Amino acid sequence: MPERPEVEERPPLPLATFHILLALAEGPRHGYAIIQDVAVRTEGALRLSAGTLYRSIQRMLEDGLLVEARERPVPKLDDERRRYYRITPLGAAVARAEARRLASLVRLARAAGFAPGRA
Amino acid sequence: MTRAYRALLRLYPASFRREYGAEMWAIVRERRRDVAPGLPVAAFWARSLGDLATSALLAHLDILRQDLRFTARTLRRAPGFALTAVVVAALGVGATTATFSVADHVLLRPLPFAEPSRLVMLWQGDAAQGYQNELSPANYRDWRREATSFEGMAAYRQRSVNLVGEGDPQRLNSAGVTWDLFPLLGVQPRLGRGFNRLDDQEGAAGTVVLSHPLWLSRFGGDPDAVGRKVLLDDQPHVVIGVMPPGFHFPNRQTDLWTAMRFAEADFEDRGDTYLYAVARRRRDVPLEQARAEMGVIAGRLERAYPEANAGVGALVVPLRDHVNTQSRLLLGALLGAALCVLLIACTNLAGLLLARGLFRTRELAVRTALGAGRERLVRQLLTESLLLAAAGGALGVLLAVAAMPLVTRLVPNVLPIAAVPAVDLRVLAFAVATTALTGIGFGMVPALRAARAVDADALRDRSAAAGTGPRERLRSWLVTAEVTASVVLLVAAGLLIRALGRVQQVDPGFRGDGVLTLRTALPLPRYAKTLDRQQFYRRVLEGARALPGVEAAAYTSFLPMVMRGGIWTVEVEGQPRPPGQRPPVSLRFVTPGYFETLRIPILAGRDVSEGDTQGGPAVAVVSRSFAARHWPGDDPLGRRFTVAFVLRTVVGVAGDVRVRGLERSSEPQVYLPYQQVEDGGLVGYIPKDLAIRASADAESLIPAVRRIVQQADPQQPVSDVRLLAEVVADDTAPRSVQVRVLALFAAVAVLLAAIGIHGLLAFTVSHRAQEIGVRVALGAQPRDVLALVLRQGAQVAAAGVAAGLFLAYAAGRSLQALLAGLSPRDATSFAVAVALAVLMTLSGSAWSALRAVRLDPVRALRGD
Repeated sequence: MPERPEVEERPPLPLATFHILLALAEGPRHGYAIIQDVAVRTEGALRLSAGTLYRSIQRMLEDGLLVEARERPVPKLDDERRRYYRITPLGAAVARAEARRLASLVRLARAAGFAPGRA
Repeated sequence: MTRAYRALLRLYPASFRREYGAEMWAIVRERRRDVAPGLPVAAFWARSLGDLATSALLAHLDILRQDLRFTARTLRRAPGFALTAVVVAALGVGATTATFSVADHVLLRPLPFAEPSRLVMLWQGDAAQGYQNELSPANYRDWRREATSFEGMAAYRQRSVNLVGEGDPQRLNSAGVTWDLFPLLGVQPRLGRGFNRLDDQEGAAGTVVLSHPLWLSRFGGDPDAVGRKVLLDDQPHVVIGVMPPGFHFPNRQTDLWTAMRFAEADFEDRGDTYLYAVARRRRDVPLEQARAEMGVIAGRLERAYPEANAGVGALVVPLRDHVNTQSRLLLGALLGAALCVLLIACTNLAGLLLARGLFRTRELAVRTALGAGRERLVRQLLTESLLLAAAGGALGVLLAVAAMPLVTRLVPNVLPIAAVPAVDLRVLAFAVATTALTGIGFGMVPALRAARAVDADALRDRSAAAGTGPRERLRSWLVTAEVTASVVLLVAAGLLIRALGRVQQVDPGFRGDGVLTLRTALPLPRYAKTLDRQQFYRRVLEGARALPGVEAAAYTSFLPMVMRGGIWTVEVEGQPRPPGQRPPVSLRFVTPGYFETLRIPILAGRDVSEGDTQGGPAVAVVSRSFAARHWPGDDPLGRRFTVAFVLRTVVGVAGDVRVRGLERSSEPQVYLPYQQVEDGGLVGYIPKDLAIRASADAESLIPAVRRIVQQADPQQPVSDVRLLAEVVADDTAPRSVQVRVLALFAAVAVLLAAIGIHGLLAFTVSHRAQEIGVRVALGAQPRDVLALVLRQGAQVAAAGVAAGLFLAYAAGRSLQALLAGLSPRDATSFAVAVALAVLMTLSGSAWSALRAVRLDPVRALRGD
């Protein structure tokens, strides 16, 4: 499916933004869960600080990549005090575009012999 | 630590903190639990707090970027408002910056020497009597030997020299300095060397140090200039060094420095005062202590030499304070005026922002409804006013730079500083601070008001959104303040214009128009003989008088206002006085025809003549005030008095001349025939200023006169070619520059205040359109509507004028020293200021009044 032009024309996503989008792929999460998810996913290589996380979230909310989620997870996991965030269709599209950009970069790197795998 | 983290969350913008603060704090607490105790905890907190600080800063930048984007967009939609605000801010910042740069340059900035605060000037004199004189070499030597408060003491004297060699002969301003002056000031030559102890020994080879401008103009900036030989007043000198650019001492007219030498004979006469002394106070000696010590030393010398040193105290004055009170007052007045303009500009800006806030109430209400907090709105509005102020400030600095040539005339030339103040970081910092103050100080109230007025009602009802009451009152106050300040400026400008007129009407005692003047200073020892000089004068004067259109020509020691000193004391026959109390006169040697050339009337007796020779009876022409002082009611002709060592007989009485300038009282004048001086005597008074009165264009004579001088002596330079009328005009130049600047400020103030009145009324009319419509529908006549609008303008103006007149009187009193005897209550100045204020009010109200009268009641009632 071809993405909307404004998605394709975006500059590369900041690393934190991309990881937050990935963390929200499976469903709404609150801030601390995002931090933990990113840490697990990257095997501890990227530990987002609270400041970076919420500054990214604020921008992503303004850009329409996220919304605050109204639906809460199953009650036993729910923490009333926390805010949950959900990815928007635009956020998903942006994440896909970024993934394509990265994939094509890796293809180029392979062709140049800088990365393992077939060119 | 968690509590500290929570407190530091305040670093974030409030909107961000409200939204995410609690969660961030929760996350940090949770993470803290996972950290092992001991060192890892410390590391954890260091990391967390560091992250907090950087991300808080970034969050602020995020908002700033957003606000700027938003502001740029909204201002593009209101270009008229944006342009007015920027110009208003630019006028305020520009006026203040230009004036500050001069005042700072002249009054505040440290002088360009090492540790300048410890440098002092020393004078012979008496602070209580208010006089200060140069030092005699003998007193200088004794002070220098006995004083312990100073690290060093050096002396200099100013004189003019003829430079020959390397191009045309040239007349230059030179300073003879003791060898230790440059080290005392802490300034090194840029090329070559300064003087050393051997250079000022009697009999040493002549040495000269060049100023940087002279090195560039005369030697083309050639590094090999050092070592060249030049003739200064016929004496061979070797160029030993070049001073760095920006070094001006004792003032910026100084072209070169020579080593000053003292012969034993120089120390004999303690009454012969001509040295300027500068000293460096020791670090551990406060100024008062140095003064006390010098007082003791001067007292001791007074007892040792009761005749010559009678009443001679020692004055110690910081070098920085070597500015006369009039320039100080003049600059102070301009700074005050500039601050007035800034204040008016700021209130105007505040008024503009207030009005804009009202028109934007709806927009702000929408944004509040969409979740923007009050703090966020205030911040947005402040960003807007700061952006406007910054644009205005930048434009203002450009205005200030453009105004520099005008204001440089306000820099007095007695100081060792450059003529043109630099617009540098210091001045820019001042401009930035002024701008920030303008933007924040006068944007804050309108922003807070605008944000406070926002509520849900604003969305529903347009007229309710107007929230007129307190805000309109505030605007009225602001406009009243503008009117007040502009009236103060108008009155001050009026007073100074009238004072300038008064000064310019003062009769100088001579007629300057049509007189060409120039200087041919004859070098010694070539012209030490009176007879040699006579020949030169005769050849030049005969040549000049033969030129077509020339009515008269004469030589004098010094032209009035060109040289204000040249004072000698006299002793009148039959009126003996002890040495310290002999009355001073302004002494001049003149050639016959001097009085005719300057149109100074001869009131009795005769002019000096060619018959008054060295061998004949010694005679003098005295001024009327001299005759009145010594022989009141009696015929002065034939009376005798001693001046310059010789008993002379009065043969003529001339009109008084304002030798010291139009605003100062001058000593009575004594004129002596140019031939009646012995060879090598009174060298300071050798005639050197030539005056030529022409019936037609005096300036066209210049080439011919130069040729005549050239023929009389090919090596003789001509300098200071000017019209005497220019000399007289220059006497009031600082005053007329000040008046022009102040009048400009007043004009800007009036313009801004008129804009302020206009803004206020325009706003009222559009907000009371419905009311006016109802009144018209109910039968109100245009006259009534007009009165309604004008009444508001008149009320504001009347309050402002009343307060302004009161403050103007106070300002006028503080300017009294500049008023040349004009009363600070001068009715004309006040009346004109009031008339202009009325005119300003009417023109500011005209547009709104017309709009109100033409208002269509039907449309107004419909609420369009």
